[in-house]
Amino acid sequence: MNPIIRRIEEQAAAEAFEFRKTKAGEASPEIPDFRPGDTVKIAVRVVEGDKERIQNFQGVVIARRGSGMNETFRVRKTSNGVGVERIFPIHSPTIQSLTVLKSGSVRRAKLYYLRGMSDKKIRQKLS
Amino acid sequence: MSAILGRKLGMTSIFTEDGQFVPVTVIEAGPCPVVQVKTKENDGYEAVQLGYEAIAERKLNQPKAGHLAKAGVAPVRHLKEFRHLANKVFLGDIVTVDSFAAGDKLRVTSTSKGKGFQGVVRRHHFGGVGMTTHGQSDRPRAPGSIGSSSYPSRVFKGMRMAGRMGGTRVTVRNISVVRVIPDQNLLMVRGSIPGPINGLVEIIKL
Repeated sequence: MNPIIRRIEEQAAAEAFEFRKTKAGEASPEIPDFRPGDTVKIAVRVVEGDKERIQNFQGVVIARRGSGMNETFRVRKTSNGVGVERIFPIHSPTIQSLTVLKSGSVRRAKLYYLRGMSDKKIRQKLS
Repeated sequence: MSAILGRKLGMTSIFTEDGQFVPVTVIEAGPCPVVQVKTKENDGYEAVQLGYEAIAERKLNQPKAGHLAKAGVAPVRHLKEFRHLANKVFLGDIVTVDSFAAGDKLRVTSTSKGKGFQGVVRRHHFGGVGMTTHGQSDRPRAPGSIGSSSYPSRVFKGMRMAGRMGGTRVTVRNISVVRVIPDQNLLMVRGSIPGPINGLVEIIKL
């Protein structure tokens, strides 16, 4: 990668961090290391009209992809019996905080096979 | 209206102030000194010649060195004319990215990446044959018929066929500027632009 572009990406990531810091409150602005299989809680900033509020999204990380500014991760949870997946850009300023609740032990980088499983099966698989 | 020369550095993505995640191409543009002003009386048309990319003096040949000396400009690698700039900038001026701002619409021109000799499916988006039975198992990407028989007894000019693809001058219009970083001479434009990384690009503000 061109060094100038790398610098731009680093700067953009730092900007997102600073932005998080200004809005932080009690949560840490640092995004910790996490892997597929980990159960995470993400505080997402949601804008409704002219009001802003924090919405939590909790689930299992099933994939990480990309690098630099383009890195994203995919979180899956079951909500009222329906599987829900969300993809977050890791440097997104809309992410307020990310906490790892539980780290899972898995052998694969992409856990798409969890999609066909029941919650109980997933819990067993990740422990 | 403004115009500048630059070099494509590559692509990345950034978050804009309103939280949108946009793909951007980073271009290092300028500073471009005005090397020559062409006038109706002297040259038959009006244009401004810009230079770009500083190089060592020994890399110039004598005609170019003389041409640059006439304008009192430091050695540059590239020279390009812009008719759009006529009567907007003058000898002694230096065009920088300062003349661009976020939100501006651009016309970006560059030489596209050469693709070599390509068949009609890739070069002209033909559909190919689409069948591998009925005796055509060996020509799924063939062009098919290229004309009629005894009349006209020839193939019409301009019939699209296989051949060299890419490596031509391509212009993309309505590219918008996302961000300008004047102290590093950088322009970030939304989306992709033609040409390879490190390729020379001509940028015109509409």
